[in-house]
Amino acid sequence: MSQIHTQMQQVVSQTGSVILGKETPIRLALTCLLARGHLLIEDLPGVGKTMLAHVLATSLGLKFNRIQFTNDLLPADILGTAVFERESGEFKFHPGPIFTQVILADEINRATPKSQSALLEAMEEHQVTVEGETRPLPEPFFVIATQNPSYQVGTFPLPESQLDRFLMRIELGYPDADAERNLLAGRDRREMLAELKPVMSPETLQQAQQAATEVHTSDALLDYIQALLTFSRQSPYFLTGLSPRAGLALVQAARAWALLAGRDHVLPEDVQQVLPHVVAHRLQGSGVKEGSSETSTTTALIQVFSEVPIP
Amino acid sequence: MRLRQKSKNTFSEERVIPPRIGLLWLLGAVVLVLSPHLLRQPLWLSLFCLAVLGWRGFQLLRNWPAVNKWIRIFFTFAGFIAVLRSYGTITGRDAGLALLTVMLCLKLLEMKTQRDTMLVIFIGYFLVIGQFLYDQAIFIGLYLFLAVLVLTTALIFLNHPGSQRSHWRYNIKTAGGMLLQAMPMMVLLFILFPRIPGPLWGLPNQETMGRTGLSDEMSLGSITNLVNSEEIAFRAAFETDIPPANQLYWRGPVLWHTTGRHWRGIAETDPLTQRPPPDFTASGEASLYTVTLEPHDKRWLFALDLPASISIAARSRVDYQLLATKKVTELTRYQASSYLQYQVSSLAPDLETIALHLPLRANPRTRQLAQEWRQKGLSTNEIVTRAMAYISEGNFFYTRQPPALTGPNPVDSFLFDTKRGFCEHYAASFTTLMRAAGIPARVITGYQGGELNTQGNYLLVRQSDAHAWSEVWLDDRGWVRIDPTSLIPVENVETTIDASRFRSTLAKSLRYGDISWLTRGLSQMRQNWDAVNHAWNQWILGYGPETQDEFLTKLGLGKMNWQQIIALMFGLIILVLLPVAAYLLLRQAPATDPVNRLYQRFCQQLAKRGLPLKPGEGPVDYANRIITAQPEWASPVQQITALYTALRYAKVSHHEQFLELKNRVADFKP
Repeated sequence: MSQIHTQMQQVVSQTGSVILGKETPIRLALTCLLARGHLLIEDLPGVGKTMLAHVLATSLGLKFNRIQFTNDLLPADILGTAVFERESGEFKFHPGPIFTQVILADEINRATPKSQSALLEAMEEHQVTVEGETRPLPEPFFVIATQNPSYQVGTFPLPESQLDRFLMRIELGYPDADAERNLLAGRDRREMLAELKPVMSPETLQQAQQAATEVHTSDALLDYIQALLTFSRQSPYFLTGLSPRAGLALVQAARAWALLAGRDHVLPEDVQQVLPHVVAHRLQGSGVKEGSSETSTTTALIQVFSEVPIP
Repeated sequence: MRLRQKSKNTFSEERVIPPRIGLLWLLGAVVLVLSPHLLRQPLWLSLFCLAVLGWRGFQLLRNWPAVNKWIRIFFTFAGFIAVLRSYGTITGRDAGLALLTVMLCLKLLEMKTQRDTMLVIFIGYFLVIGQFLYDQAIFIGLYLFLAVLVLTTALIFLNHPGSQRSHWRYNIKTAGGMLLQAMPMMVLLFILFPRIPGPLWGLPNQETMGRTGLSDEMSLGSITNLVNSEEIAFRAAFETDIPPANQLYWRGPVLWHTTGRHWRGIAETDPLTQRPPPDFTASGEASLYTVTLEPHDKRWLFALDLPASISIAARSRVDYQLLATKKVTELTRYQASSYLQYQVSSLAPDLETIALHLPLRANPRTRQLAQEWRQKGLSTNEIVTRAMAYISEGNFFYTRQPPALTGPNPVDSFLFDTKRGFCEHYAASFTTLMRAAGIPARVITGYQGGELNTQGNYLLVRQSDAHAWSEVWLDDRGWVRIDPTSLIPVENVETTIDASRFRSTLAKSLRYGDISWLTRGLSQMRQNWDAVNHAWNQWILGYGPETQDEFLTKLGLGKMNWQQIIALMFGLIILVLLPVAAYLLLRQAPATDPVNRLYQRFCQQLAKRGLPLKPGEGPVDYANRIITAQPEWASPVQQITALYTALRYAKVSHHEQFLELKNRVADFKP
């Protein structure tokens, strides 16, 4: 238990040494991984989304692949395809980049819905079916998708039902002044990446994932989560309330976050920490309380949850 | 910068596009609210409203285009001018409501944002109230309750966006629940709100002016309109036994002066009106009853012959006619007592002169007949008997459509030629005949009889019960009532069966206890319905200063002035609302869990020192905030928080932890 915890702290610190000043997003990304969920990072290009994914994968000792989504990307480019081999005289399946442990789906909203859904099916089922044959994906399997803000040109925004497949959505944002200064003064990031060593084995990761499911949630805490769900359904600020699936996601994420904090039980604060990242992409503002930009919308919306008293 | 941000936020609500389903409900509610108004308002307005509602409906359902801004501006001015032309004004009840209707329609045309819909809804509520300025019947009340329900449902649809996906039945239920919650408050305000004398919906209104009713003038033939009207004149509930039908003469205006054709009462300006009525000796029990009089815009009140007392401000004139101090423009309730056996003591000489006066030249044949009887040396009593016999045996007919009496001597033509007429003809002619014979006589108008409502045990008197009869002065018996109409033999009463008269014929036949089960069922239904109406009139519309006083006295709250009543009202409201508010505010307070109770005590300690727990703040965050603010408390706060979270959220906890928490909270004295 404590060994797992130490290793996880090492993952966080090692990732933090490359991605400067972003401890919370790193912890959230790791939380998402521990909760066996997929992660959506939404931010502007160049704030370190790809780097974060890569560093995390390397630190956890996982195989890492990256797919750059473009509007001419086809499902076969992701899943792989059967190729006729002259020597054997038969078709042989050439697995696509999806057959890996951590996959970075870069700029997922630049691809057409057809390609998007190929990836999203793999996320849900942990297996892909090509040419009538079902092939399991390696475990653990973790998708980190990055998305540009949808107001940029040439994007196909993910529909709500597909956004729901992501356990959490995080934003990185610009680094603060000190972190940025260190970044500018520091070494080349790609060099650092090449030197990184795994600090955790995939087996340990799987143990940690198992441990996360065993983190205790007391009745009082479940009461609080139910109060939050009910609030989202009755509040005039939202067009639709949170689904039961969102409730489950909230519990999973809060458990993983508690584990990362070294606790064997969940506190209301854990729920509050992960709440914005779990629910923001599942909620739509009703327009009663809306700001101008997308980001401030979610922030303003999620703040209304602080009204919910803790039972 | 901050200012700009702020204004943006306030306007952001305006930019919200209301959901379509909510708008459809709103349109439906507007249709419900406007319908009763449209029935009354000019045709152009009704057509305009229908056109706007239709356009708006198609706009929602079939995506028709919105109406151009310039067209809306044009309609605004046009509507304003049209109201001005139709009513000659834009203020007052009718014109004001018409203008409001126009503006509501125009608002519908430009309704785009959430804010517009709120405006429409509140104009809608206002128009609902406006309807009560015209009519306060039960059905209207129920109908408007429905309108308010739909309007409130639209409000929910528009204001609670989560509701669009829920079933409309759920939203109606929510709206109904809200109205029900408002009900106790409504009852409380209704009962206790101080009443000022005057109608609940008091406005100088045009309504009563055109009402049918008696008048204090009579020219032969003018009562024809009355018999046609089934409208209700008043209801009378008896405390004593209901007198037999032939005693039910409800006294109204007394007519003294005649020109031969026209009859009128003592003028208001005449000093005679100030004279108190002469004494009378009564025998037998007094009849006690309560009259609920429909507004008729005249001052007179009705009571059985002869009235002895009345409960409201009124005076009895020299001819026992009851006059209220002001016009009866609202539903009026009063108690009265009457003696059915009476003898008036005296007739003043000046009154006797009036009661004997006849125009010199009019109706010579009538005078001649009376003179003949006099010359024969008949006594007064014998002349009266002879005159009654003349009518009962003289082949007279009762008809509601008598031949016109156009000549200069209408009484002559009636008594000797046409011999067809109704109460008015008989009363006027009989009185003329008596005066010609030197017997003081006068015409009394009022109502006769009434329909007994067995359901509510009261008499219902309709305008069709209007009647006129005579009174003659006999020296030994005082004023004696003679109803010449009742002398006509039954076979000479003409019944008409044409369609327009059917209702009153049916009513008449019902009144005489007609047979078949259908008519009986109908009569039962009519009686039930009228009993409900009577109760509504008596307890809701008639709930004025006197009834309120009476009711409060029954509750043991009598002898309160209006300031005290207002104080009581607010007291009661606070008494009702305070527990509700307390419940809502302190809902999480009563912690049943002992651990929680200890933690609450800890929070209260800190709250006293200015560091209360914020809503939605977790225990660890709270502890961190306190330690930042008051570092010297760090150790106990951390320990207590750790114990509390362990007890409340951890998988296993021990009783020792609880005891330790208990001690530490007890020891914690910041």
